[in-house]
This record gives sequence, C-alpha cells and structure tokens, in this order.
Amino acid sequence: MTELVFFINQVVIAGAVLGCIYALGAVGITLVFGILRFAHFAHSELMTSGAFFAFLLAAMFASWGIVTPIPTGFVVLPIAMVISAIFALGIDKGFYAPLRKRGAKPVTLLIASIGVTLMVQGLIRLFFGAGSYSFFETETKEVFRIDTAFLGSTRPLVITEPQLLMIIVTVISVLALHLFLTRSRLGKAMRAMADNADLAQVSGINTTLVVRVTWIVAGALACMAGTMLALDVTLKPDLAFNIIIPIFAAAIVGGLGQAYGAIAGGLLIGFAESLAVFNWTMVLRPLNAVLPEWAQLPATLALVPTEYKLTVAFVILVVVLLVRPTGIFKGASS
Amino acid sequence: MIQRSLTLFAGLFVLILVVGWLMGLPFTSSRLVEATAYSLIALGLNIQWGYGGLFNFGIMGFLMLGGFAVTFISYPINPQFWGSDGPWMLGRALIAFAAGALLVIGAQQSHRVGITGRWKAVVTVLAWFVAYCVYRSQIDPAAAYIEANAGFVGGLGAHPVLGWLFGGVLAAVIAFIVGKIALGLRTDYLAIATIGISEIIRALIKNMDWLTRGTLTVSPIPWPTPLPQDYQATGSDLFSSLLLARGGFLLLAIAVLVLAIWLISRAYSGPWGRMMRSIRDNHIAAASMGKNVTARQLEIFVFGSVLIGIGGAMLVSFTQIFDPSSYQPINHTFLIWVMIIVGGAGNNWGAVFGAVLIWLIWVISEPLSKAVFEMVSYWSTNAGWGAIPEIESRSAQMRVFVLGLVITIALRFAPKGLIPEAVKRDT
Repeated sequence: MTELVFFINQVVIAGAVLGCIYALGAVGITLVFGILRFAHFAHSELMTSGAFFAFLLAAMFASWGIVTPIPTGFVVLPIAMVISAIFALGIDKGFYAPLRKRGAKPVTLLIASIGVTLMVQGLIRLFFGAGSYSFFETETKEVFRIDTAFLGSTRPLVITEPQLLMIIVTVISVLALHLFLTRSRLGKAMRAMADNADLAQVSGINTTLVVRVTWIVAGALACMAGTMLALDVTLKPDLAFNIIIPIFAAAIVGGLGQAYGAIAGGLLIGFAESLAVFNWTMVLRPLNAVLPEWAQLPATLALVPTEYKLTVAFVILVVVLLVRPTGIFKGASS
Repeated sequence: MIQRSLTLFAGLFVLILVVGWLMGLPFTSSRLVEATAYSLIALGLNIQWGYGGLFNFGIMGFLMLGGFAVTFISYPINPQFWGSDGPWMLGRALIAFAAGALLVIGAQQSHRVGITGRWKAVVTVLAWFVAYCVYRSQIDPAAAYIEANAGFVGGLGAHPVLGWLFGGVLAAVIAFIVGKIALGLRTDYLAIATIGISEIIRALIKNMDWLTRGTLTVSPIPWPTPLPQDYQATGSDLFSSLLLARGGFLLLAIAVLVLAIWLISRAYSGPWGRMMRSIRDNHIAAASMGKNVTARQLEIFVFGSVLIGIGGAMLVSFTQIFDPSSYQPINHTFLIWVMIIVGGAGNNWGAVFGAVLIWLIWVISEPLSKAVFEMVSYWSTNAGWGAIPEIESRSAQMRVFVLGLVITIALRFAPKGLIPEAVKRDT
C-alpha cells in the first residue's frame, strides 16, 4: 500500500496540479486561436502579470491587516482576474487591433505577440527585479497529511492547501466555461465564430464584441492559471515563460480552437510529465526479494531523467503534430 | 531604393562611430565581431523566412549546435578520456544506437511481412520503446563512467575554422532531420514545433555532461587568429594588442560573411531564386508547375541552418567559452527575428543592416538606460523621493523591453522592414 500512496503523491496529485495549470492556460490560447486565428505567444506574460497583480493585491490586503481563512492569493483572485482581463483588452487595442485593421497576416500577429511578450516581460523585470517572491511570506502554507495507516500504508497522502483549492477552482471554472459556451448567447456566438468567422459575421454576430469577450475570458483564465502556479511554487518574472511550450502543446494536442480539447490536452501533458519522471523502483522494490541477484532493480528506474521533464511535452507535441496534426478533438487544420 | 539603402548604411556607420567614440575602441571592436556573426545568422534566417517563407523559431537550437561543434573540434584533446575505457563504452552505446535504429526501421517496414494497420502501429511503438531502453542501458553507465573518470570527452584539437565548418555541417544534418519531421506543417504549427525542437536540443546539450560538460562550461576555446596575449608576447601594449587581435578576427569574420553574401546573391538572382520566390508566394501554383515544393523547402531550411550554425560557432569561438546555460530564447531566437523584421525580410542587405543595428541597440541600451536611471534617481533623490534601487539589474532588463518596443513599432509603421525586398518586374 505504501507504494500505491507514493504513486498517488508523486503522479496523481502532481500530475493533476500541473495539468490544471496547463489546461487553464491552454484554454485561453485555444480561444484566441479559434477566434483571432493566430498563435498568441504573449499568453505566458498574461499569466505572469496576472500572478503579479494578485501578489500586489495580496500584499495590500496583508498591509491592511485583513486575515482570511483561505490563502489570500485565492481571495484576491477575482479582483486580479478583472484587472488582467482589462490588461488583455488593452494589449489587444494597443498592439493587435491596428494590425488586424490593416489586414495583417496571422504570422505578423504572431511576431507582434512576441514583441508584446518581450515588452511585458521587460516591464515586470523592471518593476520587480529578477528575484522570486512567495505568497506565503506572511501566512503559512497549510499541508494536509491524510493518514492511510488503516489501508496498511506507512506514508501519509500529502496535499497542500493551495493544491487542493487549485483543483477545486479549476473544476468550477471549467464547469462555468462549459455553461457559458453552451448556454449563453455570447458563448454560442464565440463557438460559431471559431467554426467559421465569415459565416458568423454574415449571420449578424457582433464580431467586435466576440473578440472582446475572448480577450476577457483568456485574460481572466490566464490570471487564474498564473496565480495558482505562483501559489504552488514561487512567483518569478519568468514564471510562465518557461512553460509556454507545454501549454501550446496542450492546446495543439487537444486540437487548436477546441476549448474542451485544451482541458483534456492540459491534463494529458501534466500527467505524462509526472509519469515520465516517476521512479518506478519505488513501486517495484518488493520484486527485489523475488528476483535473482543479477536482475536486481537499479536505484532509479524512471522513463526519463528528471532534468528532461519539460522535453516530454515537446516530444508529445512533435509526435501529435506528425501523427494527427489537428489534435485529438479535431481542431483547426491548415 | 538604392539611395535609401545607402543613406541607412551611412547612418549605421555614423552610429558605429558614435558608439566607438562613447564606449572606446576595444568595446566597439568586440561588438562589431559579434555583429558580423549575427549578420551571418540573420542571413541564415533570411534564407529560411525571407526566401522560403519558413517559420523557424528554433534558431537557438542551431546556434547551440554550432557552438558545441566548434568546442568539440577545436578544444584540446583530453588524454584522460582516450586512455580510459570511455571510448570503448561509447562505442558500445553507438552499436546499441545503431541496433535500435535498425529495429525501428524494421518495424516501419513490417508491412512487408504482412503486419498492417493497427498491429503495425503497435509494433512500431514497441520498437521505439525497446530501442530507447537498449540505448539507455548502454549510454547511462558510459556517461556516468566518463563523468567520474575523465570529466568529459574533450575536443579534437583541430583548427577553429574547421570547427566553424563542422558547425555548419552539424546544423545541416539536424536541420535535415527537423525539416523531414516538421516541414509541411502550417506556419504557426511549424513555429511551435521548431521552438519545441530547439528546447529539446538545449536540454540535451545542457545535460549531456559527458559530451558537452553541460553547465560546467568549456573554456578557453582557441581562436582562429592570434590572441591578444600573442601580440603582447611580441611586445605590443595592452590596448593595441586588443585592437590587433580583434581586428584580425573581425577581418576573418567579414571574409566569411562576404563569401556567404556573394554565394547567396548569385544563387538568388538566378533561376533557383526565381523558383524559391514562386514557391514562397504561391506554393500551390508552384507545385502545379511541377516544382517539388517539399524538397525545395527542405533544401532552403538546410541552407539557412548552415549559416546559423556557422554563426553560432563563430560567436562561441570569439567569446572563448561554451556555456549552455547562457542560451536563452529571448537573446538567441527572438533577437534574430527582430533583426530580420526591422532590417527587411527577403533582402540580404536588409538582414545585414538589421543585424548590426539591432545588435548595437541591444548592447548600448543597457549603459544608456543605466545613465537615464541614474539621472532620474538623482532627480528623485533631490526631490526627496529617494533613489531607484538596483539600477544595475534593472537597466540590464530594460533592453528586453526596448527589443519588444522595437518589434511592435516596426510591425506597425514599417511592416516590410527598413530595407524591404526589391520586387523585380521584367518589362
């Protein structure tokens, strides 16, 4: 049983946490791709800046002496999401809308998004330096240890409070997104525009509004993902820049333009990464008693060494692009 | 058109003179050598993007390959490795690799013995897995042994110019494989795939300590031309020895650049260039005229990568240190893209102009923003608001912002670049 609990701690929980963050980021990328038809690289900076907005708000709350039962990062999240949504709208108005008006190609928009990435990253580093920050400087990070002795395990199940909240918040927002996309007029308009932009326009859908809503949803979800990542690890200026490729991989694996695909892709990549670096010897060690001397298991038996963890996502990405370029959920094709 | 280019190049020359006057000759000469290497890299990207319309966002990977190549070729031989069991163990790993490759190829041909459809897919996946395990079982102990006994494999002790050539060859080989995999994807997929591949290359080079020494870095890598120390040994003073040595390196680098431009321009103004332009502008029409679009795109991807590899090798041999952790997508992929966008894609002179200009902006924006910060800090201290903290690190970050600003302004106001592609119309 100890082995099973170890597996749950190392793979199931770690994979779910990583998968939630990838999924929330990938939804934004996939929506922007579906509606505006370009790969938005600056999404990583929306995540990082969102996390910094939340961090500033949490610091303000702490300085006002407000103490909350759950981590302050989660309490200020809705406000930070609103600020991030406005920030995303501002970026669109300032940098992408003029190019769109000129009828620029998607490639030009992609390069412009890289320019935006660099500018936002430069600004974040300018204001916050290159160091790292923690949401838990003034409050403690609660760790739940669920005793599993009744199942015969010597190790407890370990999950931190932010991780638990993160999974709950992700599930809620995914449900909300689902309801928004399927039930509301605007959500249906968004899906229609993602399927066929020209057809949507001639059938009287207000495309300007749809574009705005896309940025609002993408910015808010990016802020959520970034803040939760910062709550789980630490907050630093290259927080999301380092994981933008796994997030893109999640969006592509799920099929670009498909919101549900992005969620599936995010979870898939998250679990794949934690499974690939999982040390199987820990689980298979009882076999050593049965196996002969020459076939003893080595100390580490991971599929991929830990330092190559991020490459797992890239390999999945490349394989998917080769075998099924439109992704699992049949996203946009060329 | 020509007048505009000449004016811009004259302006660039004045800028170089100003930088030389402000920052001193040794600084400027170093930056010019780097600018030459970056011009070569920008030309490589210009071939891929400007001529072929291929969206290569994995420049960093090819730069690292070039850097590794010159390290491997020109670093002195490591007798500790060659005297140990290391070569023998590596040989076995190579045999395991070959066996794995054969297995995979065999699985891909399994339809010949009647295994088709789903079963073939299963066999292929299984073959990949077995091949991976077989290779890992040989390379892991070999790597551990070499790292423990000899540090790393070391170099071959050959001339650095050979290393530059090998950088080009190595980049070409990898580009061929990457191209086989990724070309044919639509533009943004290609961008993301190439970023992914360059990150894989970075992870490999950074962690294959037995081959590249990873984060421990390799230095000093020999120069192709005499070093400042050599001039000092013959009695030159510090200043003139620096200038002489860097001047020599600069001449060699410019010679390589001129040769590259000459070759490319000849090819591009001929029938080959016409074919490439037609493929870029309308690949469907070009294909229907009987051009093999995929093969030609692969060709152009490989050609561009050769120049990028050579440029990467040149940069490493100039700085004399190979440090895999110093490679960042911002400095080594996006910077090159900014050079091309600002300079003008599809125009060789635009690429060279953009490379030199952006490199100068990139290096002087740090001291410049430091000066601005110090001025503002002086005012704010006088006004009683206190000084700006950490001016040094903040001004180092400013250049990332400046780069982003330059790219967005260029796209908005000069989308074709400062020296745009010259569209020839035969009358």
